Amino acid sequence: MASTLRIANGRVYDPANGLDGVVQDICIQDGRIVAAVPAGTKTVDARGMVVMPGGVDIHCHIAGSKVNMARKLQPEDHRHDVHLRTRVTRSGTGGTVPSTFATGYRYAALGYTAAMEAAVTPLGARSTLEELQDTPVIDKGFFVLVGNNVLLFRLLQEGRLEEFRHTLAWWISATKAYAPKLVNPGVDAMWKGERNANITTLDQKIGPFDLTPRKVIGAFIQAAEDLGLPHPVHIHCNNLGHSGNYETTLETMRIADGRRVHITHVQFHSYGSVAGKTTDNPTSKAREIADYVNTHPNISADVGAVMFGRSTSMTADAPLAYMLRRFGSHKWINADSENESGCGILPFTYQDKVYTNALQWAIGLELFLRSEDPWRMVFSTDHPNGGSFMSYPKLIRLLMDREFRKEEMAKVNQKAIDNSGLRECQEREYSLFEIAIITRAGPARLLGLTAKGHLGVGADADITIYEEDADKEKMFSTPRYVIKEGTLVIEDHEFRADVEGRVFHVMPDYDPGIEQVIQPFFEDFYTIQFANYPVDLHYLHRHQAVPTAHQTAAAAPAADA
Amino acid sequence: MSDDNTRTVTDATCTFCGCVCDDITLSVDVAQHKITKSQNACVLGKAWFEEHGIEERPFALIGGREATTEEGVEEAARILAEARYPIIYGLSDTTCEAQRVAVSIADMIGGNLDTTTSVCHGPTGMAFQNLGESTASLGEIKNRADLIIFWGGNPAEAHPRLFTRYAVTPKGMYTPNGRKDRTVALVDVRRTASTPVADIFLQVKPGSDFEVLWSLRALVKGRKVDASIEQRTGISLAVLEDLVARMKRCQFGALLFGMGLTMTRGRHFNAGALLALATDLNEFTHFVAAPVRGHGNVTGADNVVSWQTGFPFGVNFSRGYPRFNPGEWTTADLLARGEADAAMILASDPASNFSRPAIEHLKRIPVITLDPKTSLTSQLARVAFTTATYGINVPGTVYRMDNVPISLRPAFESPYPSDHQVLTAIRERVRALLGGNRTPAGSPLAAVAT
Amino acid sequence: MPEKMILIGGRSKRQGTALCAGKTGAEYLDVSTTLEMNVEDMARLGLKADSRVRLRTPSGETILRCKGRETKDLPKGLLFMAYGPASSQLMAGDTAGSGMPLSKNLQVEVEPVGPDEAPGE
Repeated sequence: MASTLRIANGRVYDPANGLDGVVQDICIQDGRIVAAVPAGTKTVDARGMVVMPGGVDIHCHIAGSKVNMARKLQPEDHRHDVHLRTRVTRSGTGGTVPSTFATGYRYAALGYTAAMEAAVTPLGARSTLEELQDTPVIDKGFFVLVGNNVLLFRLLQEGRLEEFRHTLAWWISATKAYAPKLVNPGVDAMWKGERNANITTLDQKIGPFDLTPRKVIGAFIQAAEDLGLPHPVHIHCNNLGHSGNYETTLETMRIADGRRVHITHVQFHSYGSVAGKTTDNPTSKAREIADYVNTHPNISADVGAVMFGRSTSMTADAPLAYMLRRFGSHKWINADSENESGCGILPFTYQDKVYTNALQWAIGLELFLRSEDPWRMVFSTDHPNGGSFMSYPKLIRLLMDREFRKEEMAKVNQKAIDNSGLRECQEREYSLFEIAIITRAGPARLLGLTAKGHLGVGADADITIYEEDADKEKMFSTPRYVIKEGTLVIEDHEFRADVEGRVFHVMPDYDPGIEQVIQPFFEDFYTIQFANYPVDLHYLHRHQAVPTAHQTAAAAPAADA
Repeated sequence: MSDDNTRTVTDATCTFCGCVCDDITLSVDVAQHKITKSQNACVLGKAWFEEHGIEERPFALIGGREATTEEGVEEAARILAEARYPIIYGLSDTTCEAQRVAVSIADMIGGNLDTTTSVCHGPTGMAFQNLGESTASLGEIKNRADLIIFWGGNPAEAHPRLFTRYAVTPKGMYTPNGRKDRTVALVDVRRTASTPVADIFLQVKPGSDFEVLWSLRALVKGRKVDASIEQRTGISLAVLEDLVARMKRCQFGALLFGMGLTMTRGRHFNAGALLALATDLNEFTHFVAAPVRGHGNVTGADNVVSWQTGFPFGVNFSRGYPRFNPGEWTTADLLARGEADAAMILASDPASNFSRPAIEHLKRIPVITLDPKTSLTSQLARVAFTTATYGINVPGTVYRMDNVPISLRPAFESPYPSDHQVLTAIRERVRALLGGNRTPAGSPLAAVAT
Repeated sequence: MPEKMILIGGRSKRQGTALCAGKTGAEYLDVSTTLEMNVEDMARLGLKADSRVRLRTPSGETILRCKGRETKDLPKGLLFMAYGPASSQLMAGDTAGSGMPLSKNLQVEVEPVGPDEAPGE
């Protein structure tokens, strides 16, 4: 018996299908959107309400070794924010790094139905997938850290580009990842091998390798394009957080030279410097960054906005976390993964009266308000780095409500506001249609998830229904209904069911002979057997492999050729 | 070399200790349900693999009477559903898959959940919560560490392959000559089988680890330490200064520490002092620290309990959400105070290693055990399940001491169910008895049901 | 008058292998009731290899079998034994709010007893 549901008379915001507040019914059968359902189908009366696809978070940190270390690190952050169990849902704890169950339920309770974990060491892929299985309701996937991988560096340095590409494809397949992620490319060799040094320019030599960050970045962009990945290389640029880093960011985008690339948490990479000073007093270069993105359709970005209050910095950029220790944290984690990555973690509080923090907050808003293409400058706080995903409703209000934004601007460090360009663009307000793009349709399209982020026939029936409210923070904090693959998970603001989402991953093609290149490296430099390294499918439970462009073309009917 | 009855399993994983070596080649006599050879395993690993045959034991014992697994499940579920203060303890010698179910039962019944971490590196976990840590996977130590300091442990007897596979002799990327490229120091109160491996041995007086560590921190920071430190600790100022010079000079240093720090006076202060020392040294060079963990999957238990609750051990669910408080919800104290009215113990044997008052209380309450072998705890249990052995009969995931997850490759099938299977059956039966998760009395959420 | 010494509990290879064979086996009983003591301390107390001693703490007591160690390996006044049911008899239930009972660096009273006393009792 088919399970069906009708959402009747809601105002539908479905940008991918051009619907901007059109009142119409949405029909659901067996977890997908269909054109019609039989009369007498169970109906949700959405009259006067706003209907959107479920939210899609393109970049957050919710599962895996570093997230779990950050969870263990902060009992004090869990104690003040507990998550009660119900008859049907598990208990947990919140704070900036919630337990897995609380993470899934809380995303769902904000109307989000998919989220991508953005930085996983290959060695930690299994634990990430175990945690993701315990993260209920939402669909998920992860980006695998490859930008400091020693074997890939060796192949690149020897000019073995084809083997480099096959090895990258092997690594994505072996870990069941969704996309390749670069974090401060080259940093590991400096941090681990040269007494905690860092990378400072795109053209410096990377430790013992005959390579530069520029060369590494270019090679990954090309390999991802050649593999036809659904989401391109996802880059955390060099020099994150340093004054004057916007030039590195612009230069990184120029390396792409027309090829697709995604620049993540770009707010953290949009800082100028007061002439001659690089250590403090950043200035805003949001205009320069936004202008470049606006005029280069091959570039996409998520903002990585900063919200005031507690956050947890967690990053594969180990020297960054070490630098942030200067700002008063008593706790600090460094965690090196053999041949693959580094990691730094610390609790951090963004304070509205502190110049740098207020400037970061302003730059995040500026990037949104200067963006001319919401499909390519999408929503994120780099949870929990810039702030928890629980602050999304407030950030939405800041974008939609200029009076509220002006009130908030008046409360923060005024020198920072003066030094930002926020006043120049303060009259703009995001519409519901644009919000639907930056929080759903845009991220889904950038990820290449064709059944997500829209409500057309064939799409997954992941739907959020909000009661309209002048206070957009309130509206987006408490959706009335949340539907995941056709199941009413939240009804009248309460959980009615506990469901398991899917893991999305990519299995790019590679020459199996490449294992002859990889295995000897493992035997010499890893401490886990080569045969025990790849993650098998049983760690994925509910899952879906998203095809590469080549796999889609190969599966298409011959008549197309 | 192999016939029909002999099966070879390559790249099998040993779960005896926290080294979790995954390079073992097993020869299995299928008919006899026995591992006849375990190549690459250390003496402990060999005993682990070769002593775990299938013993003729009842599937379950209920009050000493032989019973089926199903009857045991029924009785166990009844005990857990009826108890007002049930506790679940152990978890370290089983798969993460089973651990996840164990935590879910504790959540469902509003019980108390604790693991053997609380009596192992629990103090290290508390120190970590205060300070964080600079750490590394074992492969990075193999590839890079040119100075290794062992503190308060005897790996030669407790983690025999730590020296040969990860930390002292192996050749790595930047340590191509293996042992020759490393300086090894060892700190302990007595000479052990591990002592000969060290270039430098510091024999400290019992109970003075904290003072030694704090003096090293002071010297690293350029402060003055009085020569009287030698009377207090047994270590001369000159020896401490030499060690500090080496620590600052090395390219990549590693401090690996055992329960010699956590089970003695100072407990989490000792572990914290060591973690702080490693952190301080990062002003000068790259330096990491790591606890050398005991049982095969105790690290997995820490991870599972943390991701499900936010806290690593000693978690109480009675208010409808996880609370953490060592000393209150850690099992050693809780039982010694005579609390808990039912206990489910899996993959551990508190009746052989807890204090006398704790064991006396276990004898007073209904106890459920899951264990492949008879233990002192299973002998006092109301319901004792025989389960299959993880890694030998049961697949699944375990975490090495450095948080690296590894999949198991079982050698032969057991007639007994896995911990995961028994726990899942108990959970479903408890769910039926309670009608879903137990919600705290008076909670508005109690009304929310499907 | 019983003498006061410091007891260190710990693991040993033999304890580990005996554990796999089974905790109800003779080997495990033997390894978990063996007490290592400095040879000079033993001589002073009139103890030989395999002599029985009683260890006592405010929490409990147990009978163990002695084994000698040279001073360079085990200083005078220090004792070592493998963890097990016997060492647990000496542990306090209180953990000072840490969850971890002390099982190393325990102050114990040592008293020679006759050869008829069975170890582990």
